[in-house]
Amino acid sequence: MAETALLEVEDLAVHFRLPLPVAERAMGRRPKVLKAVDGVSFAIGKGVTLSVVGESGCGKSTVARLIAGLYRPTRGRVAIDGRDVTAAKDRTRAIRRRLTMIFQDPQASLNPRWRVRDIIAEPIRAFGIAGDARETGRQVDGLLEQVGLAGADGEKYPHEFSGGQRQRISIARALASKPDLILCDEPTSALDVSVQAQILNLMRDLQDDLGLTYLFISHDLAVVHHMSDRIAVMYLGRFVEVADAAALFAAPQHPYTQLLLETIPDLGMTGRDREAVAGEVPSPIDPPSGCAFHPRCPHANERCRTERPELRTAGGPDGATVACHAVEEGRIVGAPARGTADG
Amino acid sequence: MTGGTTSALLPRTLLDVRDLKVGLPTRRGHLSILNGVDLHVKEGEVLGVVGESGAGKSITGLAVIGLLEPPARIDDGEVWFDGARIDGLSGDALRRIRGARIGVIFQDPLTSLNPLYTIGFQLTETIRTHMDLGADAAEKRAVELLDEVGIPAAASRLGAYPHEFSGGMRQRVVIALALCANPRLIIADEPTTALDVSIQAQIIGVLKRLCREHGTAVMLITHDMGVIAETADRVAVMYAGRVIEDGTVAEVVRNASHPYSHGLMGSIPTIGERVGRLPQIRGAMPRVGAVPVGCAFAPRCPEVRDLCRAERPAMMDGRTTSAACWQYSPRWPDRSGAAGPEAGIGTAGAESAAADG
Repeated sequence: MAETALLEVEDLAVHFRLPLPVAERAMGRRPKVLKAVDGVSFAIGKGVTLSVVGESGCGKSTVARLIAGLYRPTRGRVAIDGRDVTAAKDRTRAIRRRLTMIFQDPQASLNPRWRVRDIIAEPIRAFGIAGDARETGRQVDGLLEQVGLAGADGEKYPHEFSGGQRQRISIARALASKPDLILCDEPTSALDVSVQAQILNLMRDLQDDLGLTYLFISHDLAVVHHMSDRIAVMYLGRFVEVADAAALFAAPQHPYTQLLLETIPDLGMTGRDREAVAGEVPSPIDPPSGCAFHPRCPHANERCRTERPELRTAGGPDGATVACHAVEEGRIVGAPARGTADG
Repeated sequence: MTGGTTSALLPRTLLDVRDLKVGLPTRRGHLSILNGVDLHVKEGEVLGVVGESGAGKSITGLAVIGLLEPPARIDDGEVWFDGARIDGLSGDALRRIRGARIGVIFQDPLTSLNPLYTIGFQLTETIRTHMDLGADAAEKRAVELLDEVGIPAAASRLGAYPHEFSGGMRQRVVIALALCANPRLIIADEPTTALDVSIQAQIIGVLKRLCREHGTAVMLITHDMGVIAETADRVAVMYAGRVIEDGTVAEVVRNASHPYSHGLMGSIPTIGERVGRLPQIRGAMPRVGAVPVGCAFAPRCPEVRDLCRAERPAMMDGRTTSAACWQYSPRWPDRSGAAGPEAGIGTAGAESAAADG
């Protein structure tokens, strides 16, 4: 990442105040605060896919929504091509055009009363990309073909399509404004595996053809492994490890990453007996002190319980960073996960 | 692991489903949801039932235990459990089997538990319904069960309500409920789908351990091949309302005979290896009511011949598993010249991306 990254995020955070029942408010209790995202920093270079992976409630979708401008951050900074776009007033049309989003549920993100043609044409019209209606129509046809649909499908309504086809429509709409960066929030989690493969292949092809940059949000490590150049593992609102995809899977360093890799069911694992890891993700409303992972961590000591670890370079050629006292102190070394040997 | 030891003793068949057909009468005519499902579960065995959404996995499970939602009904076929035929039994007779001899676990633990009663009450009620036990003995058993499924300080949690538990803990309670009366068979419908991966691992571990200890057979219904791969002994792959492949888990995952199972396994990204493009199956599964005449997979199949479009294949011996595919029949035409461009099925639009590997 020598040159300016396409997207830079610095210490981004959003805290939601939870509504308090009237009775408790009358008693003078202060509202609780949910720190959905609590200080994440990263940069994505052009044409690269960075994935954010974590369990439900860790804040990964919120990160995408913050970057899209759907929430106002409590603190932190978002920059595109080095230009600060954190505040709503800095999000000019030119900036908004360059950044689009694909959501998990295409059923919910496509207006059921609009024809597909109008759904896809909306960004083209809104950003004044095509000169006239004829040109808009031509572009819509081109987009439909680009995502593997036919031009005639434009006359139909979203309900006439299957889940996979609807996600293709979402992708066509996301491409309509000729963006540089697409924020993909679990784009295939609602799809069956054979359809998921089609959509993932399509997304990779589009990236190659158009030089797109993806921020890919997913809970599915196998999908993330397939799609990403770089991966950030998130736990309770913070990144615990950021590394190149290959390195992360070959030698996960953070105990939480190791746990995730250890526990995911995988096709290569027939007949394996799992080592069940105790504990569950704590509530983000009252996260544990110190390192949020310490109650489940086999390596936790007094320092982990009191002092919150920061992301630090963990050594290695690819500039992986890990937020873990035990790794920093050399109490654990990156255990090689199950590698390609069993494949 | 004890993967291959089951065949040594030739265990009895516990559940046998023969040519099961389930239909749904609608205003626009009769819709067939299951088009002749054949499967069996042996004693102490974990059978994985996999398939994509709409393949009929859950309907099969519901039909077996007589919980089909009317107007859906069994049109034809037989369900045998432990040597007796159980389809067509009266509600009362079925109720005595359900819970006592067949336990059920559903996907969402919150909807399987009554939010208004303590879990202690729900457990003891179930235990006393199916077993001849007094109140104290039932409570003792409830504590033992909660202990077994890994709920810490079980005795003190009997008075707790379902909302006081997390998702993973709730699913443990549901497993305890299903195990109450020491059933011979558990039907688990997507038991881990609503849970996060690290919790999923714990639940699978509990289910596997208990079934091994109690000798309970499991029919595990899920769309998650990863879960099947590490839990099941044998796998039945469903497609468009039928079982199209049946074999040991290792063979189905690594060396599937049916082109659909083969494509399905290939299209799943794995951690072990990283490929440029995922092999994909073009198209999508036909909708209920739009299943083609011959082999339901014919419109998407890379190996399709005229025979496949004309006649529906029965299960036959494939490479190492059995598969419903004409390739393994002597009638299979050897020269591939017959395969033309596929005649599209009822669903409009082209799901297919341009080129597949």
